[in-house]
Amino acid sequence: MQHTITALVENRPGVLARVSGLFARRGFNIESLAVSITEDPSVSRMTIVVAGDDNVLEQITKQLNKLIDVIKVEDYQGMPIVQRELAMVKVNADPSIRAEIMQIADVFRAKIIDISDKTFTIEVTGSVDKIDALVKLLETYGIREMVRTGRIAMMRGARTVDNRR
Amino acid sequence: MKLTGAQALIQSLKHEGVEVIFGFPGGAVIPIYDCLHDCEQLCHILVRHEQGAAHAADGYARATGKVGVCLATSGPGATNLVTGIATAYMDSIPMVAITGQVRTTALGKDSFQEADITGITMPITKHNFLVKNVKDVPEVVAEAFYIARSGRPGPVLIDIPMDVSMGQMEYKPVKEVDIPSYRPTTTGHPLQIKKAAKAIAGAERPIFYVGGGVISSGASPELLELSERTHILVTTTLMGKGSIPETHPHSLGMLGMHGTAYANYAVAHCDLLIAIGARFDDRVTGKLDAFARNAKVIHIDVDPAEIGKTVHVDIPIVGDCKSVLQKLLEYVEPREETEWNRQIMRWKNEYPLQYAEDGLQPQYIIEQIWDVTNGEAIIATGVGQHQMWAAQFYKCKYPRQFLTSGGLGTMGYGLPAGIGAQVGRPDQIVFVIDGDGSFQMNVQEVMTAVAHRIPVKVAILNNRYLGMVRQWQELFWSRRYCGVDIEAQPDFVKLAEAYGAVGLRVEKKEQVADVLRQSLEYRDRPVLIDFRIEREENVFPMIPAGQSIEEMMVKRPKK
Repeated sequence: MQHTITALVENRPGVLARVSGLFARRGFNIESLAVSITEDPSVSRMTIVVAGDDNVLEQITKQLNKLIDVIKVEDYQGMPIVQRELAMVKVNADPSIRAEIMQIADVFRAKIIDISDKTFTIEVTGSVDKIDALVKLLETYGIREMVRTGRIAMMRGARTVDNRR
Repeated sequence: MKLTGAQALIQSLKHEGVEVIFGFPGGAVIPIYDCLHDCEQLCHILVRHEQGAAHAADGYARATGKVGVCLATSGPGATNLVTGIATAYMDSIPMVAITGQVRTTALGKDSFQEADITGITMPITKHNFLVKNVKDVPEVVAEAFYIARSGRPGPVLIDIPMDVSMGQMEYKPVKEVDIPSYRPTTTGHPLQIKKAAKAIAGAERPIFYVGGGVISSGASPELLELSERTHILVTTTLMGKGSIPETHPHSLGMLGMHGTAYANYAVAHCDLLIAIGARFDDRVTGKLDAFARNAKVIHIDVDPAEIGKTVHVDIPIVGDCKSVLQKLLEYVEPREETEWNRQIMRWKNEYPLQYAEDGLQPQYIIEQIWDVTNGEAIIATGVGQHQMWAAQFYKCKYPRQFLTSGGLGTMGYGLPAGIGAQVGRPDQIVFVIDGDGSFQMNVQEVMTAVAHRIPVKVAILNNRYLGMVRQWQELFWSRRYCGVDIEAQPDFVKLAEAYGAVGLRVEKKEQVADVLRQSLEYRDRPVLIDFRIEREENVFPMIPAGQSIEEMMVKRPKK
């Protein structure tokens, strides 16, 4: 099963290597990983999507917690959360099919952020499913390049991940 | 006080109470060595290979309970520490490894003697630091020692670029360490402890399964009290040897692959397994489904990640073993001996450890070492058959008496670890029980012992084979011996003498006790004893890897 984990970590060089190295050597599979700074500049936040049963997830969170630079780990399994991913897709867009593609983009509330004589670059934000659906549609025109940020997530309501510092 | 980074390092080490450093110099640590030149409180033991420094620091830590310290230069010096650091990591030994590094301006440029040692040691250290700013030195050292010794102990590496050790800073000793992201749990949950006490009261066939955590937390007195009050017998892992005196009637010796048959029978038939500071290693459990198959499991461990890692646990207790056992003692009611105790005693009588009377047998030698040292010696071992014989036949009376590479299984550990132990506990007799294969992996450290007048005794159980692999090839690979015959070997007596050590040889059973006694008379240099043992003696009992007690061999199968 897919789990979304949030880890608050010290904003220091090498922390990403510690986390990704841990996943690699313990045989945990990362499906996506997004890293950024937070409201506290000394803290970074990692959103990690992993697959595994409850035992695997328990080990992942325990092993992550053992890393000295990891401040707090939260598995969002079963919690109400909002989650988003952002993608940019460079798709073939001959003048003859531009209108068609623009319509599709509209339906997905995606934005065309760059145009060339042969391509559109489309930006889309949303759930993983939504992006997958758009990508599937765009594949018919020929996707030249695609980049996705990986999932980021937060709990709904006033609750936050407890930053122990 | 204005100091250089190197001076601040030395000040910080003294502040941590460090007395001994095992090290080997090189270009990137000359500034540090320059400070050692003026420092009288810190004793530097010059090894002959950096691996020896790491194992010696590890042996020192195991024998004394203090944090061991080793020092090496950048690049090859640092990479040579790696096996020693991994050894300490697998056995949760508190150690601080200090490495030199190229200048910060040369980092990442494939400079001479540059190796990314923090990257390399990430998976084998509890934590590591690359110090890029000289003003961080005192804080990093304080954090390194705190991390190494607290919670589940382990090695920490500090990498110091040369310009950092030569830079200037204002030194202030660090009073208190606070790492918000690192707050190990030490006291167990009171409700869980009460539950455990209740489970113990209700169990018919309980048993203690005890590991190195009891030794590192100093929980032996509590364990003994608990066992005596409840008459619950104790089996230990290799790392747990000595946590309860093995001469005590409640000790069942070691369990697992080469454990005693009675300990393994007791675990197989128990209805309550009380695991304390042990981690259900595959060399202990064999086939997981068959291990303590009908038992409820209580697991006490300071590392939450160990609980539920390999086996299902009914009553988990996260906490320091000593503090948890103290609390448990408040709730646990006395129990009398039961039919279960008598059953285990019957197994003990039926399946004792045994060996052949004739020939020069390794087990006999180990029993003789016990006799001449009255069971008081600190034992350090290499890895292989001799290690298992030592574990089976040297009955430890105390914690911190048996130093061995349990998790990583590092051949060559024995001699440098023995040196470290002897440095830390100069009044004890230290016996290295080694194999001829293991011994040769760090033989250069004989020179270290001679140079520093360290009187370790090295008993080489010499069967001219890499015996444990040979045993596996004999039992499981149709006797197709390949890559195990090391009859081509130096004359160990002459080798000892060439180094300036004492070399002795034993070929007959009758000589053993006399030669051992003779070895004890040398107090100013190491003694090597070349015991020419039976070549194809095996370690039994043996439960083949990944199998269950039903497959246990108590002696060599008939062909």
